[in-house]
Amino acid sequence: MSEFDQMYREVILDHYKNPRGHGTLEHPDAEAEGQNPLCGDEVSIYVAFGDDGETIDEVKFSGRGCAISQAATSMLIEMVQGKTATAVASLDKQELLDEIAIPLTPVRLKCAMLGLTTLKVALHKAKGTPLPDGLAGFDELELL
Amino acid sequence: MAVQASTPTLDARAIRADFPIFEQLIHGKPLAFLDSAASSQKPHQMMEAMTDFYSTSYANVHRGVYVLAERATAALENAREKVRALMNAPDVREIIFVRNATEAINLVAYSWGMSNLGPGDLVVVSELEHHSNFVPWQYIAGKTGASLVMIPLTEEGELDLSALDGIAAQGQIKVVATNHVSNSLGTINPVEKLVAWAHEQGAIFVCDAAQSAPHVPLDVQALGADFVAISAHKMCGPSGVGALWGRGELLQKMEPFLTGGHMISSVRLDKTTWGELPHKFEAGTAPMAEAVGFGAAIDYLNAVGFEAIEAHEHELAAYALGRLAEVPGITLYGPPAERRAGIVSFNIEGIHPHDVAQILDMQGVAIRAGHHCCQPLMQKLGVAATNRASFYLYTVQEEIDQLADGLHTVRKVFA
Repeated sequence: MSEFDQMYREVILDHYKNPRGHGTLEHPDAEAEGQNPLCGDEVSIYVAFGDDGETIDEVKFSGRGCAISQAATSMLIEMVQGKTATAVASLDKQELLDEIAIPLTPVRLKCAMLGLTTLKVALHKAKGTPLPDGLAGFDELELL
Repeated sequence: MAVQASTPTLDARAIRADFPIFEQLIHGKPLAFLDSAASSQKPHQMMEAMTDFYSTSYANVHRGVYVLAERATAALENAREKVRALMNAPDVREIIFVRNATEAINLVAYSWGMSNLGPGDLVVVSELEHHSNFVPWQYIAGKTGASLVMIPLTEEGELDLSALDGIAAQGQIKVVATNHVSNSLGTINPVEKLVAWAHEQGAIFVCDAAQSAPHVPLDVQALGADFVAISAHKMCGPSGVGALWGRGELLQKMEPFLTGGHMISSVRLDKTTWGELPHKFEAGTAPMAEAVGFGAAIDYLNAVGFEAIEAHEHELAAYALGRLAEVPGITLYGPPAERRAGIVSFNIEGIHPHDVAQILDMQGVAIRAGHHCCQPLMQKLGVAATNRASFYLYTVQEEIDQLADGLHTVRKVFA
């Protein structure tokens, strides 16, 4: 398999072309917008909680950007559906990376993590919990 | 180095042999380096000049009385004279060594701007600016209460000069700052006309020539500008050094930008007086070896000839525009070949530039993908980013073929 077949494997291109959960929510319980100035990737994530105020009942994203950023966010949306906000807010990034399962250069790692970082910010903001180190200021600054 | 002295042609293949970077394979493929607008590759002659300086003549300049200090001082001042000649500046004392063109523009924005700008004044830049000639003015305008006004672009990516009268009606214009050549679209700006207009308004003109100095003969007296900024790293020189040329009478009146060692005349407990030009603007130990490398790069480019370099790049730009137009789904940005430098920006429908650049890299092709430090321009074009291929004296047609073939592969991956 050539290198670009590895990076742009079928499942990545499928998620890029047919993103899961693409759209917006009118009255989200949690939302945030993230940007990766390097690629110009943009992702907005909207979350609605279930009656327990904790379970992720519905989650949507909108945005534009490179295949890696958009496909990774689409895969993330599938992963977090039905999980609790607390669990997702502390989700190990390796879990998403295992799902993406492609070799990523440091620059492209930022693309792949954009959706997860944005989602974590949305959840922490909604719950009023302090942002973990590395995410502080994220809602005001671009993801560098 | 193969040079034909009197005719404006060059042998890119022979020139390429002077650049060790090309002696390697990238992902098993020959390197097609099409990102010279970001920074150029380096000829061994330049690197050897720096090594020779460190090996034989290194000491701090302008201080010691011993042989090495004298040699180092002579080497630095010799490099300054080469920069003066490159820019055709009237006086070598008007050449100030800085880190890069960005620092040069910051120097003017702070030193001139903080003393001369105030509420109601206008600072005019263009939508085509690199952040280097946009952000410093935005910042200083904000600090002083001046307003920042933009010269808009035409559909073809050229400055819309018909907007100038409307801008002049908005207030007292104090500064007009544009680039000579756009790093993003390759547009060659009508700087002489803009300078004449700026001076009619009683404004100074600041020219970011970082993208033109590597490629076209530069003549600050013919341009008529008041300040001109260049960077060595884009023109076969090392990173870490650039130059500002400023009109002597303006530089004389300006406050220093950075203060500290070397830039003083005398230091007393109650008052320090500034040194003479150019030292007033060169606080601290100078980038000595870098300046020597800059001088050697200028020698190298002069031996090839700027007319030949310019002609070579026009030829490559025209060839690239033709080859890329064959790629289905491509959008090409910027003016026609005859009015642009060796830069081609494009997008492929439905494929983000970063994905394009990544797949090209795997085929040994290095291009730039992103906003090219021109976010206002990207907003104008209505895109988040573009792909950019840029050419220099060592670029050969095969590299452009490698790019065009690579783009067909990109489309196949995303088909």
